[in-house]
Amino acid sequence: MAKLLEIKNLRTYFYTEEGVVRAVDGVSWDLDEGETLGLVGESGSGKSVSAMSILRLIPRPPGRIVEGEILFEGQNLVEMSDDELRHVRGNRIAMVFQEPMTSLNPVLTIGEQLTEAIKLHLHLDQPEADKRATELLEMVGIPEAPQRLKDYPHQFSGGMRQRVMIAMALSCNPKLLLADEPTTALDVTIQAQILEIMARLSKELGTAVVVITHNLGVVARYADRVNVMYAGKIVESGSASDVFKKPRHPYTHGLMESVPRLDATEHKRLFAIEGQPPLLVEPIPGCSFEPRCAWRIDRCKTEAPPLELKEEKHWAACLRNPMVDAQTVVPAAAQA
Amino acid sequence: MTTTQAAASGKQLGEPLLEVKNLKMYFPITAGAIVQRKVADVKAVDDVSFTVHRGETLGLVGESGCGKSTTGRAVLQLYRPTAGSVNFDGTELTGLKGSALRSFRRRMQMVFQDPYSSLNPRMNVRNIIGEPMSIHGLHKGSERDDRIAYIMNAVGLNPYFAKRFPHEFSGGQRQRIGIARALAVEPDFIVCDEPVSALDVSIQAQVINLLEDLQQEFNLTYLFIAHDLAVVRHISDRVAVMYLGHVVELADSNELYENPLHPYTKALLSAVPITDPDLERTRERIILTGDVPSPLRPPAGCVFHTRCPIAIDECREEIPAWREATPMHWVACHRV
Repeated sequence: MAKLLEIKNLRTYFYTEEGVVRAVDGVSWDLDEGETLGLVGESGSGKSVSAMSILRLIPRPPGRIVEGEILFEGQNLVEMSDDELRHVRGNRIAMVFQEPMTSLNPVLTIGEQLTEAIKLHLHLDQPEADKRATELLEMVGIPEAPQRLKDYPHQFSGGMRQRVMIAMALSCNPKLLLADEPTTALDVTIQAQILEIMARLSKELGTAVVVITHNLGVVARYADRVNVMYAGKIVESGSASDVFKKPRHPYTHGLMESVPRLDATEHKRLFAIEGQPPLLVEPIPGCSFEPRCAWRIDRCKTEAPPLELKEEKHWAACLRNPMVDAQTVVPAAAQA
Repeated sequence: MTTTQAAASGKQLGEPLLEVKNLKMYFPITAGAIVQRKVADVKAVDDVSFTVHRGETLGLVGESGCGKSTTGRAVLQLYRPTAGSVNFDGTELTGLKGSALRSFRRRMQMVFQDPYSSLNPRMNVRNIIGEPMSIHGLHKGSERDDRIAYIMNAVGLNPYFAKRFPHEFSGGQRQRIGIARALAVEPDFIVCDEPVSALDVSIQAQVINLLEDLQQEFNLTYLFIAHDLAVVRHISDRVAVMYLGHVVELADSNELYENPLHPYTKALLSAVPITDPDLERTRERIILTGDVPSPLRPPAGCVFHTRCPIAIDECREEIPAWREATPMHWVACHRV
């Protein structure tokens, strides 16, 4: 089966006064139709820039996609004209942003904002578009939808605004939804509501979803597959179950161990990954995680590890093979 | 054995250090162009009672707007409570003024959420940590520099950086500076208000471990305010759950997380995803409908009844009593 989305060797750089920031540095991944993929990493790992690159929303200057292909339904988005791309944006590919407070225009009603894309992409007139907008608001569970269309964003709570954003994103039945930290600004009970809505609708409408988040729990609950990003590269990729249960990269392992678990009955000291993520202005010849890695060897400093198959459908970019059994293997640093 | 492990094995609680009784913190809403008159109250904290024992960590969890931060500030007398009593080590704080209050402020400190806005950008680290010392007249002359170096070491900052300014540090390091400032006056009690929420997970683990180490080293007592339930369970001996200005449940942390009694606590816990995809597939979730009501017009009776899946008529009319349902496990619910 053809892939819905295929990203090949994508590099998105930012040309700043301090130097070239290699925000996304040679990343390849793909997505099947209807699949939910989690893109995990900490701030600055390049996960948002990856998503923004897909829709070519990178501010230019300073940013630029310097290399790579983004094939969506077989078409290369990187080489598309702006006109062609406009037919894809908000239509075939939609995006939900982190900040429901700032992503809506405060001087336009919810109805005006919701019908804009519908009128443009689906070629409906205003009454038809209003009808569709009402359906959409009902779909995301906003009561008294016809009245609420006349309201302004400030009359909605944070959770409600994020529902509006989801309704807006799904308004043209996209094939792909990019959700960039969709629930980070929300409380847990509201987060659960929003994620349930997204999961239900993507299933009903057959929309593929890329969830970008630093919240490992959200990925564990909703994603079929996971890509872990660190310093602009994918360091591990596989099914959610494999990546969480048998991480094959020291960073993924560290990430799992550094978050306390809600269901932990025993108090265990958290595993803290020492140090900071690298600045991306200097080219890193070896593995970018090497300075913080407990399993590092001399080779890691000079040799960039390729993302390679470690077992069935499970890739990791690590020269070592340290976590065959994460529970029993002791870091080299600890042994010494 | 850490304190939290001790709690899990049924540690005897120390003597009470802080006793809060029937604390109310109302903020007036005023109207009128020239003569301001009060038209309503925001009942941010409404009749809250709890005790913090010497050497323990009491976690305070709840969603945004539930009054947890206000409680922390009212305890420290940063807000003067509307009613109720705050007794610290045998002294009633609510009536204290001037130098008498200031001498207690030395013993009670705060660590803030945002490591960016809570440090003065024009002061270097040495002055940030030294300022509380000069206010309280501690460690004069060269002794002060020694003390600053000692505290910087204790929080994992190189004293070599004492002359640097906040912008030269990363988020995690700034939070260490904030913690160092709190420790500068050798307090007994620290209110930690979302101290790790702004940090990436790998850095979060470093700061949590640091807070635990410092508690051991300096025999500190924490009121740990956070919305992340897993972090709160990890660090707290006992946990109080707040909803719309009220504490609805309070118990030993393992007891609370394993046997939650209040329907809000149950929903809150079920809403948090666990970092285990296989477990997540089978977990039952209670999705609460709607949003938290406004504290300007809190619902009559039990404040949770508008979202409670098991509310009955009694809940709409009568405020549930705060009672000890099982030994050391307090709850306010008609249905328990």
